[in-house]
Amino acid sequence: MDKNTKTSRRSFLKGSVALAGVSVAGAASAKEADPLITEVQEWASLTGAGVDETPYGLPISFEKDVVRRNVEWLTASPISSINFTPIHALDGTITPQGCAFERHHSGAIELRKEDYRLMINGLVDRPLVFNYSDLERFPRENHVYFCECAANTGMEWAGAQLNGAQFTHGMIHNMEYTGVPLRTLLNEAGLDAAGDLKNKWVYVEGADASSNGRSIPMEKALDDVLVAFKANGEALRMEHGYPVRLVVPGWEGNMWVKWLRRIEVTDMAVESREETSKYTDVYDDGTARKWTWVMDAKSVITSPSPQMPITHGQGPLVISGLAWSGHGKITRVDVSKDGGISWETARLGKQGDSKALTRFYLDTNWDGKPMLLQSRAMDETGYVQPTKNQLREVRGENAVYHNNCIQTWFVNENGVAENVEVS
Amino acid sequence: TRDGAFGLGRGAMPEEVAAWDVDVLPDGRGLPEGRGDVFTGDEVFAEKCASCHGDFAEGVDNWPVLAGGFDTLADKDPVKTVGSYWPYLSTVWDYVHRSMPFGEAQTLTADETYAIVAYILYSNDLVDDDFELSHENFAEFEMYNTDGFVIDDRPELEYSNWRTEPCMEDCKPSVEITMRATFLDVTPEGGGDSVM
Repeated sequence: MDKNTKTSRRSFLKGSVALAGVSVAGAASAKEADPLITEVQEWASLTGAGVDETPYGLPISFEKDVVRRNVEWLTASPISSINFTPIHALDGTITPQGCAFERHHSGAIELRKEDYRLMINGLVDRPLVFNYSDLERFPRENHVYFCECAANTGMEWAGAQLNGAQFTHGMIHNMEYTGVPLRTLLNEAGLDAAGDLKNKWVYVEGADASSNGRSIPMEKALDDVLVAFKANGEALRMEHGYPVRLVVPGWEGNMWVKWLRRIEVTDMAVESREETSKYTDVYDDGTARKWTWVMDAKSVITSPSPQMPITHGQGPLVISGLAWSGHGKITRVDVSKDGGISWETARLGKQGDSKALTRFYLDTNWDGKPMLLQSRAMDETGYVQPTKNQLREVRGENAVYHNNCIQTWFVNENGVAENVEVS
Repeated sequence: TRDGAFGLGRGAMPEEVAAWDVDVLPDGRGLPEGRGDVFTGDEVFAEKCASCHGDFAEGVDNWPVLAGGFDTLADKDPVKTVGSYWPYLSTVWDYVHRSMPFGEAQTLTADETYAIVAYILYSNDLVDDDFELSHENFAEFEMYNTDGFVIDDRPELEYSNWRTEPCMEDCKPSVEITMRATFLDVTPEGGGDSVM
């Protein structure tokens, strides 16, 4: 294909997109034959890209809006900041790594496998140093888990603030991890020196300047925590902790220490900055909860939502969303179209995995009238996702973290959706 | 041979553990020997910290405020600083020593860190201007909000109430919109800046 052909092909495609939009919307009532069908299209005649063109591909250009976004005013510096997964545009449960949210405290660092070291020390029989290839020689496991920032939805405590599911609920991703149970590594170092494990802790920290040190009780460390080096089949992305991160199923994302470099067995919690100044939740009487590790059951309707208006008019409508719980499996999601007066039980895309995102659908018929859409998750412990008012009654408005309230989208008669609170 | 099940990895050497294991526990364990007074801390702070945190640790622009905010935790907008909120002095020393200054972490000596911490305490009116902090008097110091924290009590206060069969029909008589995000208009234009 010569240069000129390429140019003309590109401009032709541009025109076709607009045309396709019209014909999709009008397909059911078309009076004239659709030229996209009756005329031979360029892609049905000429050739496409060769297999040698893209050794590692990115999404097609038409999907360029499905990207991470940030909100500048949230933080003082983009180096210690957050961005948001475009959950409004995704489906299923697995988050593509390339648009999975980031949260760093001193930036995303570049750490080669050759330079990687992991130390285990403290109350262990044999303080050890592993290099990366040592880790790949331990027996591995695969698990899918959500990683939700403790601050997800945190800007919404005092009211409806950001207009889009990406911004209100997008500090989350869900990946299939491959790694070694932390328990295996602790056993390699030997825990006899720690004595009674009941009141023991592991302190975990990263190789970056912020270190992000956190204390984890030994019971959790020996349960399901993973030292992971693959996500969604490939190496971790740099921004997600390459080459090794901690996976702490069901627990707040801050504890999922990236670029993991040290695990120390201790006889008390370190009470580091990230578990005193941050990741503690202030009540309205001024006292604060600490060690609020678990992320409670939560859900959000991803479409329709402010970034995903209804554009097809009345008739069949798929209401789609995500539900998850740090306590185990999602067993049920109810959806309301009238702001919580009445509820219908939605259909789960597939049976919920423990501590992982679960997709739900409500296949409904839209009559063109305004709706107040809500979703309400239930998990296998019987916990029912609360309203924001229920949460505020217990906690006030300054908790910052752990806002798992029911979200409301107001959808008007034009199908445009807005983030609102309701009585 | 070692006792480990797989025999992978190698023994960590004492100097390696010393290089990386620098955390300080609330009881002061992990602190190196050293000392620093408020006067010295003022100078070091002016040179290495004040461009973001202000001359008096009051914070510049959006950068964290380190001093003040006492008795505001129950207010509508609490001011959570080292003085008003942080429960342990160990955390201040540990965090400053390992992760500050922002962009130039792990450049402070033990004595500089003692001095900076002493200055932050002074900025919070918690010590006099002749105060000297050292590994010897560190554990005696009591922070203002040490007792301000409770261990996660969601199981008692929330889970016990919210594990019930939820209402499905006629759950409330009416519903009204009480707040709208578009009134605030703080969402980035065009759905936000792409950060790819």
